[in-house]
Amino acid sequence: MDIPKKEIGRDKVINLINSVIEKVGAAGEISREHIYAELKDLHDIIEATRADINATHAMDISGTHIPIATDELDAVVAATEAATGTIMDSCDAVTEYAENLDSAHKDFLVSEVTKILEACSFQDITGQRITKVVKSLKAIDEKVTLLMGVLKDKLPTSAEPETVEDTRTGDARLLNGPQMPDKAISQADIDKLLEDLF
Amino acid sequence: MSVDKNMNVLIVDDYKTMLRIIGNLLKQLGFNNVDEATDGSMALEKFKNKDYGLVISDWNMEPMSGLDLLKHVRQLPSNANVPFVMVTAESKTENVIAAKQAGVSNYIVKPFNAETLKTKLVSVLGEF
Repeated sequence: MDIPKKEIGRDKVINLINSVIEKVGAAGEISREHIYAELKDLHDIIEATRADINATHAMDISGTHIPIATDELDAVVAATEAATGTIMDSCDAVTEYAENLDSAHKDFLVSEVTKILEACSFQDITGQRITKVVKSLKAIDEKVTLLMGVLKDKLPTSAEPETVEDTRTGDARLLNGPQMPDKAISQADIDKLLEDLF
Repeated sequence: MSVDKNMNVLIVDDYKTMLRIIGNLLKQLGFNNVDEATDGSMALEKFKNKDYGLVISDWNMEPMSGLDLLKHVRQLPSNANVPFVMVTAESKTENVIAAKQAGVSNYIVKPFNAETLKTKLVSVLGEF
C-alpha cells in the first residue's frame, strides 16, 4: 500500500493506533482481517518514515557539509586577519614616514591613516559574527549526530552515501571558487606547470 | 590635574587586529607605555608585576571575559580604582547595566572611531 507523504504524520499514526486499540477491545465484533489491515498500514507508515529519514543522508550533514562550511568560514577569518595585518603594517610605515614631513602633510597622512585603522576594526566584528555562525553549525552537527546515533540501528542499510552529481558542462565546470589553502596549488606550482606545458 | 601620558596602559582583546588598532590610536593620542593581553587571566597576570593607570578591555574573551576581569580588578588591593573602559560588540542594555554594576568607568561599542575613543578617555581621565 502506498501511503501519501502528507498522511505520514504523527496524527495519522496516533489515529491508527487508537483505531487498532478500539478494535482489539471489541475483538468479538471486528474481524482479525480488519485489525491486520490497520496494523499493516501502521507498519507501512513506519517503513516509509525510515526510508525518508535514510534518504535525507543526514549523516552527510555532520560528516561532510558542516565540516566544509566551518573550514571555509575559518579560512575567511584567517584570510581577513592576514589582510588586515598587512594593511596595518602599511599604516605603520606611512605613519613613520609622516614623522619626517612638515606639519600639514604629517597631519593629513596621520588623519587618513586613522580612518584606515578605524575601518580595519571590521575584521574583529566579522570575526566574532563568523565565530557565532560556526558555533551554531557545530551545535546542529552535535544534534544531528545524536539523532542519527539513536536511529542508526533502526534505519535501512541500503542507502548509498550521497553523491552530488556535478551537472555543469564546459567551462562552467571550472568555476569552483577559492580553494582551501592546504588544497590550493601555489603560484610556483602554476609557473612550473605552465613551463612544462608549453 | 593633567593626564600623565607616561602612565601604564593595558589593552585586552583576543583579536590581534583590535589590539593593534587600539594600540596605534593610543600612540597617536600620546600614550606610549601600552601593554597587551589576549584575555582576562593574562591581564591579571600583568597586574602582578605592574600598576596601570588605564585598562581598555574587550568583553567577549576566553577563558576569562572582560566582565570577569573587571570584577577581579575591582578587588585588587593596589589597583581597585583604575579607570576601566569596556570596548565591545556586546551592545544590549543588560550588558551595559552589568558592566556598570561591576564598576566599569566607560563603555564603547564596536565598531568605534578615534574620536569616540578620545572622548571616552577624556571623560574618565580628564582633558589631555
